[in-house]
Amino acid sequence: MIDKSATSLTEVLSHIKDGATIMIGGFGTAGQPAELIDGLIELGVKDLVIVNNNAGNGDYGLAKLLKSGAVRKIICSFPRQSDSWVFDELYHAGKIELELVPQGNLACRIQAAGMGLGAMFTPTGFGTLLADGKETRHIDGKDYVLEYPIKADFALIKAHQGDRWGNLVYNKSARNFGPIMAMAADVTIAQVSEVVELGQLDPEHIITPGIFVQHVVAVDAANGNGE
Amino acid sequence: MSYQKLSRDQIAERVAQDIPDGAYVNLGIGLPTKISKYLPTDKDIFLHSENGLLAFGPPPAKGEEDPELINAGKEYVTMLTGGSFFHHGDSFAMMRGGHLDIAVLGAFQVAANGDLANWHTGAPDAIPAVGGAMDLAVGAKKVFITTDHVTKQGEPKIVEELTYPVTGKHCVDRIYTDLCVIDVTTEGLKVLEKVAGLSFEELQALTGAQLIDATQG
Repeated sequence: MIDKSATSLTEVLSHIKDGATIMIGGFGTAGQPAELIDGLIELGVKDLVIVNNNAGNGDYGLAKLLKSGAVRKIICSFPRQSDSWVFDELYHAGKIELELVPQGNLACRIQAAGMGLGAMFTPTGFGTLLADGKETRHIDGKDYVLEYPIKADFALIKAHQGDRWGNLVYNKSARNFGPIMAMAADVTIAQVSEVVELGQLDPEHIITPGIFVQHVVAVDAANGNGE
Repeated sequence: MSYQKLSRDQIAERVAQDIPDGAYVNLGIGLPTKISKYLPTDKDIFLHSENGLLAFGPPPAKGEEDPELINAGKEYVTMLTGGSFFHHGDSFAMMRGGHLDIAVLGAFQVAANGDLANWHTGAPDAIPAVGGAMDLAVGAKKVFITTDHVTKQGEPKIVEELTYPVTGKHCVDRIYTDLCVIDVTTEGLKVLEKVAGLSFEELQALTGAQLIDATQG
């Protein structure tokens, strides 16, 4: 019997080692797996490469992880926000490396990894600073930039419900990068508000099929997102 | 003669008039977001948000905010009946794949050839952030810009060539400023309308690129 649901968040995270590349779901704080991030901070691994749309908000979640000094590099589209003071300080002090990627290219590069593509040509960014030094091609009257997949050792994502086979459904705009990150990582850990019985999720409504998910951990929704 | 500049809300209201029934539209952060207030209620206009919303609606009533229902500006929104959620890959396929009819964006500068600069000032100490700006610039069928005609220092924002880093090349179709509406065409920048009391010569003097007078009467 396959049971991907786990009760110990600490145990599922314990396989993460120093130097790992970790995708973290979320757009701002919506869909950010705050409990998994807290667990990662407790684990105390270092030298991480983090993939996220942003670079942390306020002092919690991803921002707290950055503040702990665990992150060597962040790959994201929009680090600068009104409440990104943790990242701003690290960046100005030269303590974190930034790879800035247009948001659609970030999504597409993650998808390319999940789909097993070697690279893709994208029109986004052509002729801009973010395409400097990259290979380009003129295809059917349009200009494209060659971009490579972004793979990860782990993806930490937040979903609404999951079952013991790893099938997931999400909640509103908290879905964002979750489904594509689940496809692009060797090991995907999903925190959910509720683990439901097999069969309770309608096959027509499952957003992430369990093949892309290795662990499902229920976290107490009442303890919520730390806000 | 004297003239009155349009307010930010008046610019938003003006853009709203040009959004047709059935359009799929992405409104950028800042002034473009205000356009939603002025969209005619007798039309079905579908607002798209990068983070996976189609047909979202106005902000919720106080106390009904849902931290997992936000738009790209990270503001609380509601969903219209018939709205949908999707992941980031699909969201950007809607743009890059040419399915989105109109994107309305802000600008630091727009060049006469339709090049847009709106993501980075190029200042060495600035933290660069791009978000979905480059994807929207190349992906939407039409790119509308809303902007003040000149900077706070009085420098033209519509220029012959960009001095700020480019977001997208040849991507802008129409510019709505606090002084006028301009179509970006292969023949040049055509002024379609301007505020009352402003002469074409005065407008040209406030613009860093050659304008063509295409106003009616």
